[in-house]
Amino acid sequence: MIKQTGVPSKEQVKSKFPDESMLVKPKAIIECYQEIPCNPCSTSCPFNAITIGEDINQIPKIDFSICTGCGSCVYACPGLAIMIARVKDDKAYFKIPYEQLPIPEKGEIWEGVNRKGEIICDALIESILRNKHTDRTTVVSVSVPKKYLYEFITIRGKHE
Amino acid sequence: MVKRDLIIVGAGPAGLSAAKIALEAGLSVTIIERSPMLGGQLTKQTHKFFGSKEEYAKTRGIDIAKILISELDNYKDKIEILQEATVVGMYKDYVLTIYQGNKYFKLEAKAIIIATGASEKVLAFENNDLPGIYGAGAVQTLMNLYGVLPGQEVVMVGSGNIGLIVSYQMIQAGVKVKALLEAAPTIGGYLVHAAKLVRLGVPIITKTTVKKAFGKEKLEKIQTVKLDDHWEYIDGTEAEITCDALCISVGLSPLHQLLSMAEIEMIYVNELGGLIPKKNSNYETSMPHVYACGDVTGIEEASSAMVEGKIAGLMAAAGLGNPHPNHKQLEKQFKDQLMNLRQGPCGVKIRQGLEKAGEAI
Amino acid sequence: MRIEKHPILSFEKKKKIHFTFNGKDLVGYEGDTIAAALHDNGIMHYSNSIVKHRPRGFYCAIGNCGSCNMTVDGVSNVKTCITPLKDGMTVLSEKDEVTIHG
Repeated sequence: MIKQTGVPSKEQVKSKFPDESMLVKPKAIIECYQEIPCNPCSTSCPFNAITIGEDINQIPKIDFSICTGCGSCVYACPGLAIMIARVKDDKAYFKIPYEQLPIPEKGEIWEGVNRKGEIICDALIESILRNKHTDRTTVVSVSVPKKYLYEFITIRGKHE
Repeated sequence: MVKRDLIIVGAGPAGLSAAKIALEAGLSVTIIERSPMLGGQLTKQTHKFFGSKEEYAKTRGIDIAKILISELDNYKDKIEILQEATVVGMYKDYVLTIYQGNKYFKLEAKAIIIATGASEKVLAFENNDLPGIYGAGAVQTLMNLYGVLPGQEVVMVGSGNIGLIVSYQMIQAGVKVKALLEAAPTIGGYLVHAAKLVRLGVPIITKTTVKKAFGKEKLEKIQTVKLDDHWEYIDGTEAEITCDALCISVGLSPLHQLLSMAEIEMIYVNELGGLIPKKNSNYETSMPHVYACGDVTGIEEASSAMVEGKIAGLMAAAGLGNPHPNHKQLEKQFKDQLMNLRQGPCGVKIRQGLEKAGEAI
Repeated sequence: MRIEKHPILSFEKKKKIHFTFNGKDLVGYEGDTIAAALHDNGIMHYSNSIVKHRPRGFYCAIGNCGSCNMTVDGVSNVKTCITPLKDGMTVLSEKDEVTIHG
């Protein structure tokens, strides 16, 4: 399916998440479904939580017990395939890589989008990070209702 | 005629990388580049690169170009760069004819590295020559180098990495990408690139191609059609999409013409994009002291082109009796790097192609 | 049309360059190629095919294909996609009947 449409199945998505109980702390969700020659996620992790190994075609493996959810890999991934997820009360919190204009601002409500590109919910912009380390990628912290934990992927367009 | 040590044709990722290593080895280097800019296709790659640190992974292509160019600054007295200069002839006596500023002149070299890259393939359909139908790379050039939009509503044909990346870049520039068509049953490029597009609302439509374009002076709309398992049109599945630009990204073919002109031994390898020079493990062609690297030796990613360029630079220097001080160590390092880039499932086609060409990876 | 805002690239307004296309005064910007400046002015028809005289625009933008060849300052077959625009340039659509020794 993913090879025809670019959309991973629900099972594929879930396989990249840790058990929900671990998400009381932020963790990196690495949506790399294909062996491609690429390893910046692994070399950028300050805690060595992500392993690819000598053969850079291997799919990254993450040790969720080491990952602090710091987000260094979010803007290191050339495929924009990594986000940070955390669950608190009835909300899911994400840090997502964003490379479009306009750049969102704290407090704005944007449209939350799923992996098929469909609008699914409102997304509250919690904060943004954009500095020389993120290199023109904006890391957007955003919260959505918890039931969209496995569906939310990005934002598109501000609510006027 | 003044004889140059080494002439490199093409200042893209392969040519610039070759120049750096040859300069390090002590050669004088002349680079000849057709365009007004150095860096080749890197100058329009706004995305962060894949690969490993050695190939500048997670650095944007536009910045890799700057790095490669600035690395040559340390050798100002050893390097000559001709820009807006096109090599139009290459001969068996190591003479090149160059066209620059409406004048022709000749240069002779002891060694030559051909790093001319590739050209975009075209797709056959009715009215495929209408203005508004462009190569995907052309649209990238127009947008990312000159800041000019290709159109308002665009359709992309081809889901290889170029088709996927240029579609994404069009959205960044403010263009509406209405659809991405792929004739094959599955997406050709990296799935992470595809995922980026789909979440921005671009439908990727497989087993579908463009059948016909409409427009008087320029493109107004296209007709698409579904393909069966034998790549034949399925009658009755035609659909129309209005668009003012259509991008064709159906592959690249090596720019082999100079090598062919010098009657260097060539071989046609479909997996590598077309006609490529036969070369030994030192990247030397059938003409001694003539080397080839990058897409002209087979279509691959820019990461591999940079490493190939380094090997060609290393070998050209050694061939002239000026080996790089770290020749042995670098040769192994570069060849291991290439192997690493090519050994995964995405490198299958490259490995098959190289095997056909009689080369080891 | 020009890109005004871009998430990755910055395009500063550069110095204006005046040129003519088929006798019409047009404005481009420093750093443009002839083809880029024409496209920005909404001009997409650069030449005609030799036999059937069909309209042709640019195709590859890097000097490979010849689809954008035009007559510039009296010189025919100039690859406008890789030729920088200069002040006062006279650009003409390539004539239909271009011959090698024309």
